[in-house]
Amino acid sequence: MNKTNMAVTIRIDEAFCKRCGFCIEFCNANVYEADKDGLPLVKDPEKCTNCRLCELRCPDFAVSVEVVDNE
Amino acid sequence: MAVNLGYKEYFKSDALPLMWCAGCGNGIILRAITEALSDLHIPPHQVVISTGIGCWGKADDYMKTHAFHGSHGRALAFGTGIKLGNPDLHVIALMGDGDALAIGGNHFIHAARRNIDITAIISNNFNYGMTGGQYSPTTPLSSSTTTSPAGVAEPGFDVCALSETCGANYVARTTAYHVTQLKRFITAALLKQGFSMVEVINTCPTHFGRRNIPGDTVSMMKYLKDITVSKAGYEKLDEADKEKYLVTGELVNRERPDYLSVYREMNPGGPETDRGEGH
Amino acid sequence: MSRPEGIQLMEGNHACAWGAIDAGARFFAGYPITPSSEIAEVCARELPAYGGIFIQMEDEIGSIAAIIGASLSGKKSFTATSGPGFSLMQENLGVGIYQEVPCVIVDIQRVGPATGLATQPAQADVMQARWGTHGDHSIIALSPATVQEMYYLTIRAFNLSERFRTPVIILGDQVIGQTYENIKLPDPSSLDIIERIKPFVSPEDYFPYQPDKNGVPPMAAYGDRHIVHASSTCHDETGYSNFKTQTNRALLTRLKDKIYNYTDEIVDVEHFGPDHAEVTLISYGASSRVCKYVVGEAEKEGIRVNLLRLISIWPFPDRIVREALGKTGAVVVAEMNQGQLIGEVNRVNATNTPVYLASGIDGALIDPDIIMAAIREALK
Repeated sequence: MNKTNMAVTIRIDEAFCKRCGFCIEFCNANVYEADKDGLPLVKDPEKCTNCRLCELRCPDFAVSVEVVDNE
Repeated sequence: MAVNLGYKEYFKSDALPLMWCAGCGNGIILRAITEALSDLHIPPHQVVISTGIGCWGKADDYMKTHAFHGSHGRALAFGTGIKLGNPDLHVIALMGDGDALAIGGNHFIHAARRNIDITAIISNNFNYGMTGGQYSPTTPLSSSTTTSPAGVAEPGFDVCALSETCGANYVARTTAYHVTQLKRFITAALLKQGFSMVEVINTCPTHFGRRNIPGDTVSMMKYLKDITVSKAGYEKLDEADKEKYLVTGELVNRERPDYLSVYREMNPGGPETDRGEGH
Repeated sequence: MSRPEGIQLMEGNHACAWGAIDAGARFFAGYPITPSSEIAEVCARELPAYGGIFIQMEDEIGSIAAIIGASLSGKKSFTATSGPGFSLMQENLGVGIYQEVPCVIVDIQRVGPATGLATQPAQADVMQARWGTHGDHSIIALSPATVQEMYYLTIRAFNLSERFRTPVIILGDQVIGQTYENIKLPDPSSLDIIERIKPFVSPEDYFPYQPDKNGVPPMAAYGDRHIVHASSTCHDETGYSNFKTQTNRALLTRLKDKIYNYTDEIVDVEHFGPDHAEVTLISYGASSRVCKYVVGEAEKEGIRVNLLRLISIWPFPDRIVREALGKTGAVVVAEMNQGQLIGEVNRVNATNTPVYLASGIDGALIDPDIIMAAIREALK
């Protein structure tokens, strides 16, 4: 799969997120930003490289990154 | 039958949210374990999670595999019986630093010495989180905890060096930050016949972090990066600097025969003897 | 060596090991301790030929942990120890009770507390067996008085542990463990061996702690497709943690009822001597052997004495002891301690029958003179 024809859907489950901030802080592509309560918002999904580190590094199983194949 | 089950086949999603504090890395380790099991296509009914007592000892309640939750420090002793009772099982002992190395230290060194085919995954967060942040056998010298307000007067264990000396076949150290490495090491540990031990340096922002690392949950996680260095990086350090870091990586990977293989060779037994298929 | 045939001179510890093997035990974990070590030695030598495994653990805490684990993996399992090791096992004994794990713990009692007299007999772990682990719980304990009985009671201990899904204790003592007597091992096919009840529902419908009508949950093993979640934390029928007060109450009640509602099924006693007597001896284990001798000696002196020998100790046979108290002039409880089971006798003494203690604490088999002296005191 080529990165150029790949899109991702990132979901944050607010019920399980504890606002630790790991996904926001450690995303190399700066996909996330925090809202006023510390909840991660998906600011720039198009920057996502689908490395899935945010998903694996979320301590609360609250992040899911799903690839949507454009073709 | 190799079916890609996905981590949710092992993880009890309906038990969310997890009981651990914000910024605690236990969920990260749990995710890595369930991902590794999925990648290896190990059926859930061939896995037994044996937990001790403490924050990490709660992990069994989030697993859909067979599970055992026993007494403080004894996960490996119960696990030894579980494994010898059915050698086909993958037995994974989940222990914290206090659980594995203080109250359970005797079982730990002897499980490693026997080289029994169990995978131990130690969540090392440098203190007893569940009971309020008291110092443990891995708390770094001079750290502040609720039972060492003036600093810990005891040096901490090097868990990996201990495991190697005792005889473990596979020894690796990583952190809750290094998630791909974490999953890779757990996968390798699960594949290894004999005693395998993955030490995961973990966050405890609520207790250890609050008293020793200024900042928030993110600062605590960054601390894991700051205090660790790869094997290659470690070799380049000055001797004086080496003491400041914990080395990450696969530190031992060898093929000594495991306990049951040796036992069965010496005690061949009769036709009903259960030898296990190994893995 | 192979299984002894015909009449054999054998010590109680050896008979215990053979009873376990004949009951289907295929896993032993233990730690050497006098005067029980020969049980481990026989298991180390003999179990492999039966497909079984012996392991010498790092301590008694690990030993009981390992047998609990192996039992959950589907193997009948046991350990053997003496007082100090039994003390170390107490926490995990509670784990076994709470998780409903069939297993057998053999305590070959010696003089304590502490190291005491390591090679000498006592019966001072009676209350440790009953109340040694913390928290409310029920327990089953059996006390053999001969080498042959050690063999059969070991089989019965396994049968009871599987029937009730609970740890069962054999309260032996140094005398029974290390006395050699002639015994004959029966044809194994002649034995009634109880196996644990497996689930009769599909894996999807299985809850590992959903009790059957008798209060005992059918038991899958680790490795089965029926998933087992065994927890030392308060749990509901799923086995997963549940912290509701009503869950705790229901679990503790069921764990008690599943045994105490079936006390009559467990209780085993021997009546020895005349039906009616001026003095009734109540005793168990090695002390009861001396009591049998004393019954005869008393008869020579013209004193009618009989013996109620308790073969099962826990649950205490309230009804039988109460009846015995009601139809005798006085009771002498003979035990090798400073008075443990006598408290239970007094508890059920509805007729205010005089109860005396014959206490043997000399680090030797209780002296008949001590029992005779108590009888004479009772007759004053």
